[in-house]
Amino acid sequence: MEERDRLEEQSRAGAEDISEKQEGTLERDTLDEVQNEEESAIDEYNELTQDGEQKTYRSFEGRKTAISVRNVCIDYKSMKATSIKQSMLSLRKSKQEVFRAVRNVSFEVPEGQILGITGKNGSGKSTMLRAIAGIFSADSGEIDLHGHSISLLAIGVGFKNELSGRENIMLSGMALGFSQSFIQKKMPEIIEFAGIGTFIDMPVRTYSSGMHSKLAFSITAILETEIMLIDEVLSVGDQKFKKKSYDKMKELISKQDRTVVIVSHSISMLQDLCDQVIWMHDGEIIMYDRPEIVLPVYRDFMR
Amino acid sequence: MKRFWNDLIKHYRYAIYEAKAELKAEVAESYLNWIWWVLEPFCFMLIYTFIFGYVFNTKEPFFSAFVFIGLTGWDFFNRCLTQSVKLIRNNKSLLSKVYIPKFILLISKMIFNGIKMFISFIIIIGMLFFFQIPVTVNILYVIPTLLTLFALTFACMTHLMHYGVYMQDLTNVVTIVLRMVFYMTGIFYNIENRLPARYINILMKGNPMALILSSLRKSILYGETPDVKWLAIWFVISIIIAIFGVRKIYKNENSYVKVI
Repeated sequence: MEERDRLEEQSRAGAEDISEKQEGTLERDTLDEVQNEEESAIDEYNELTQDGEQKTYRSFEGRKTAISVRNVCIDYKSMKATSIKQSMLSLRKSKQEVFRAVRNVSFEVPEGQILGITGKNGSGKSTMLRAIAGIFSADSGEIDLHGHSISLLAIGVGFKNELSGRENIMLSGMALGFSQSFIQKKMPEIIEFAGIGTFIDMPVRTYSSGMHSKLAFSITAILETEIMLIDEVLSVGDQKFKKKSYDKMKELISKQDRTVVIVSHSISMLQDLCDQVIWMHDGEIIMYDRPEIVLPVYRDFMR
Repeated sequence: MKRFWNDLIKHYRYAIYEAKAELKAEVAESYLNWIWWVLEPFCFMLIYTFIFGYVFNTKEPFFSAFVFIGLTGWDFFNRCLTQSVKLIRNNKSLLSKVYIPKFILLISKMIFNGIKMFISFIIIIGMLFFFQIPVTVNILYVIPTLLTLFALTFACMTHLMHYGVYMQDLTNVVTIVLRMVFYMTGIFYNIENRLPARYINILMKGNPMALILSSLRKSILYGETPDVKWLAIWFVISIIIAIFGVRKIYKNENSYVKVI
């Protein structure tokens, strides 16, 4: 319980965890419930795997590689957006500050593996994830997806505020590269899963932040890709939706050939879902191993 | 170049749908909805016709149609260019979640403004009947002229979008430059008989917008053959500029998301 509180404080400090922030102190009372629920989820999982206390680990030897990351570095140059006046002034000083968010990272993920990435705020997790998703390319090194389709699931996908939820589903789906007819076919399933009722035909700007995230999660969860990247989204929505999305995650994960990369601060979730965990610190990989080996060390480190 | 075609084929459906959705959103917002697309150029036409047709007593034949064609073409060019500057910034939430070739956003914007332009063209056809303007075969030159307009617009947009990412106040510069070009294009006066002879040549050949708009008017209103040679020259120039623009975008698009 203690480390949970510590973690919460940690994440509270960062801007990444807006959702947690929004829910505020009320959440504190329900934390126990969440804890219990997650524990029961773990129990359930263990029962499913019929292994009692120990979680079984699937073997990935002989599997094809889904993601290979080789010596990847990602820089944020001080290429800040400037006004013309500023850029005229800065012509004189040609010094360019470079912030290296990801330093020389290499790892491989076999097909079907669930990989967790954890680490403190600003350690390059999300940057890494975006690079894998192809939103920006690495400054050096190589990322190879071996031809798999990929989607990134993060809070607040690009919705157009004036359009209805239905049209936004179509738009997001098409941006992900699905055909119009396919999305049309999946539409009822998405709407049903999002569970936002009649709001689906209202402009997205009328949505609450929870409904926003629920819709976003549903789109990516139902329109399945071979590789799914998940950036800290399981804390979305109310208790009921949390449970639902958690179950959906498990369902998605249970498919043999789906590769998933999860970025999260929640140790219990990583413990429960992942086959392997990467611990990143200041843009470097500190550990890459099974969760039961990485997580206790990480937990001690964060203390 | 090959990558350009592949990306275009892969994503053009998205561009079309996005443009349609955008139009729909605009309609949903306003009271008179799509009537504005017609009403706006129509009102400006009335204003210009009144000021220049009556107050300054212009002797241009079919003057209101003359102004309307000018405005239609200019609005397309003007809107596309102004909107392209902030395009990346305005689509931040989308671009930081999925990879889309950035020029697709430009194409989508062109479709968006292009649809509005074609609604205006329907009015132009109405005007042809209303003023009983004789139509000749030369009206077919509208097609190559519009192609040149599209190529030119796309070429300018690629560069504006790229620099718009890094310079926030580019909008101000673009507004001023476009206003200058607006007056040098002759939307509400005919360059060819209002200016001293030596300037006519410079403007008609050096300012592609003046060339395109006068070609449109010649072929639609006056049944004349436009200056095909110079249209072709500007088409080729535009394509070359566009190729450089697309290359530049491809080279830099990965850093866009980091900047915004």
